[in-house]
Amino acid sequence: MSEVIRIKKGLDINLKGKAKEVFSKAQLPDLFAVRPDDFHGIKPKTVVKEGDSVKVGSVLFYDKANPDLKVVSPVSGEVIAVNRGDRRKVLDIRIKSDGNFESVPFVKAKPSSMSKEEVRKAILDAGFFAFIKQRPFDVVANPEDAPKAVFISGFDTAPLAPNYDFIMVGRDEEFQLGVEALAKLSGAKVHVGINVDNASKLFKLTKGVEIHEFQGPHPAGNVGVQIHHVDPINKGEIVWTVNAQDVAMIGKAFQTGVLSFSRSVVLAGSSVKNPSYCKMVYGASISNIVANNIEGDNVRYISGNPLTGTQIPADGFLGAFDSQVTVIPEGDKNDEFLGWIMPRLKKFSVSRSYFSWLLGSSREYEIDTNVNGGERAFIMSGEYDKVFPMDIYPEFLVKAILARDIDKMEQLGIYEVAPEDFALCEFVCTSKIETQRIVREGLDFLRKELA
Amino acid sequence: MKALRNFLDKVKPSFEEGGKFHAFRSVFDGFETFLFVPNTTAKRGSHIHDCIDSKRAMSMVVIALIPALLFGMYNVGYQHYLVHGEEASFWAMFLFGFLAVLPKIVVAYAVGLGIEFVVAQWRNEEIQEGFLVSGMLIPLIVPVECPLWILAVATAFAVIFAKEVFGGTGYNIFNVALITRAFLFFAYPVKMSGDAVWVAKDPLCCVGSENALLDGLTGATPLGQVSTGITEITNAVGASMSPMDMVIGLYPGSIGETSVIAIAIGAIILLWTGIASWKTMLSVFAGGILTAMMFNSIGANDVMNLPWYEHILLGGFCFGAVFMATDPVTSPRTECGKYIYGFLIGFVAIVIRCLNPGYPEGMMLAILLMNLFAPLIDHCFVQSNIKRRLKRANK
Repeated sequence: MSEVIRIKKGLDINLKGKAKEVFSKAQLPDLFAVRPDDFHGIKPKTVVKEGDSVKVGSVLFYDKANPDLKVVSPVSGEVIAVNRGDRRKVLDIRIKSDGNFESVPFVKAKPSSMSKEEVRKAILDAGFFAFIKQRPFDVVANPEDAPKAVFISGFDTAPLAPNYDFIMVGRDEEFQLGVEALAKLSGAKVHVGINVDNASKLFKLTKGVEIHEFQGPHPAGNVGVQIHHVDPINKGEIVWTVNAQDVAMIGKAFQTGVLSFSRSVVLAGSSVKNPSYCKMVYGASISNIVANNIEGDNVRYISGNPLTGTQIPADGFLGAFDSQVTVIPEGDKNDEFLGWIMPRLKKFSVSRSYFSWLLGSSREYEIDTNVNGGERAFIMSGEYDKVFPMDIYPEFLVKAILARDIDKMEQLGIYEVAPEDFALCEFVCTSKIETQRIVREGLDFLRKELA
Repeated sequence: MKALRNFLDKVKPSFEEGGKFHAFRSVFDGFETFLFVPNTTAKRGSHIHDCIDSKRAMSMVVIALIPALLFGMYNVGYQHYLVHGEEASFWAMFLFGFLAVLPKIVVAYAVGLGIEFVVAQWRNEEIQEGFLVSGMLIPLIVPVECPLWILAVATAFAVIFAKEVFGGTGYNIFNVALITRAFLFFAYPVKMSGDAVWVAKDPLCCVGSENALLDGLTGATPLGQVSTGITEITNAVGASMSPMDMVIGLYPGSIGETSVIAIAIGAIILLWTGIASWKTMLSVFAGGILTAMMFNSIGANDVMNLPWYEHILLGGFCFGAVFMATDPVTSPRTECGKYIYGFLIGFVAIVIRCLNPGYPEGMMLAILLMNLFAPLIDHCFVQSNIKRRLKRANK
């Protein structure tokens, strides 16, 4: 184990509504939905239609560019709708569960004793490959690529994020098998980033991985930050990233021979009455877990954390890469009078023109969805640098993206970043610039130009 | 507040597209967002945002300028009664200064904000707060005798040609307030320099002294005196000045620049709130002090012989270092660049003072010059980052 990597830049936003480490008894819902948009980079070709019956693992759609790359049903039951938007774009595929979670068969074997081709075929057929992302571009990985490394973050530092020590309890063997499968599949070294302040026993006991210890505020848990400090991505290199729970998900299939897309999810936020953990399946409707558990009627439901998540309706569905559902108050009816000059003692700011920096870091804040100001050009400087722990000039990179200057983007390190790395920049920005959107568009633009 | 909100909601439709007051949409919008924080919520990206916005940042600078403004008003009145040899109460002095300075503030804001409103309407954008600061800075960096019409022309020139043609707040290369001053300085040198413009001599609106002026008064700024070969610096009536007098600031000069104490209060506000960069501010002083010391040791002319601390205390050095050099838009955007930028401002300001007999004060030109070089400084640091990344790839 190498020495601890200390992340100095960053920001922990101490939000109200942290979850207690207990599992609630919420039942799984009947309704599920898979959104192709969650799997960024895949051009979906739908293979199911309304009325088809599906099992856990039945293919719903595949990537037009790479038909081996499939996304499968997380549940057994009947497809009740394929919802389409403009230009017949598939918005989601809705499935009514029969409650049995009957799975298509999977190979029950140790990945270490299988050949690379066998592992690859098993993972692709089971639709697990869609859960492997790649950098550059922060898209679903391409099975044809040979990555230089696989990175797994063993902790999440985002506001209200789940505690991996808690949700990974008892999944040691699953995780071990998942890591072996990934190592076999990629032919590359598997790195796991852990937090020096957490026990992370499971990760430390895993064989065949390189452990890296990190210390510091968010975004230390972002896998992009970990890659940057361990083995940064240069032009032409590819790194795969997988969520720790999804590694265990893959491992469990090899262990049991049955597919299961079950995962632990934290329900948190200042509008939740009893924030806690629950067992969910990706694509599941959140209506059961939020029923009778929400304070106030003007709230926002977010699949994911409040910095990077996706807004969903009250009966929306858990995103494919999310293990967090956050509910916070909406800020669309505040009518705050002269807010820009008031002391705003209850509000949180990193700016010392407010007082929250004097009130200690243990104080919890309720933050609503109000943007708190109008969008402006870049005015204040150095704000992004304070929350961006990479050797990259975030503001210059954002400007290069806005100018669509491909050379500059490459030179300034766009291959290393994902939109989530800019989430804190967006939070602290005085000019309220949508940096995550800009970075997403820049990555998509670059990917298209280089294709 | 509810009633006000309801009133705004009621009249809002007539300012929108097709309404009868649509031509004033930007004005209405400006006032509405001024009174109430907009109810816009995050639609994509981060769902939560810090509660700082550019209104807050700008108003902090305006607040930081208030001590210098109030002292400037008092000093204008003080100088006026001093040169007439008349005793007056504090409030009489302040009232005189208030009457002398207020029209300048009104004119600067009216002209600048007027142009901003028109441009925002024309571009169909929101009003930007940038001019709140510029409009307060402009009256503070001109002599009290500067005529209002000239001030209006200069403000209009600066807002249009230094800011709006570049795209508005955040896109300007040069500090808008300093461009105003530079325009005044080069277009109307008689009204901006020399010995006659720094003290208000005539009564205003029946306020002020009716006495005749005292004999033998100079009315020159201390730096003006030094540049003309006077080694013993005196105030407006010829009494010699100690360094403490220079710190307090009761001597002729631009309205807001004389009192180091008032500027220091502003500096504390800016540094406490983190709105201004301490890196820039500190290195301006470091650059100025070191350069002045260097010239002290050369000592080839009277200005070079001015002790380094008097270089810092006199003229616009402190005001420029605290309020002008730290403008984030025209400063370098890299943190390391700010040290170099600041240091060079201090250096160039003293060089101009010492080596160019035509300009007793070098701060304005130093900052404008470095505004021009700020992107170059950034470029060097960004290039070194790029090189580092390339080197890593080739390893």
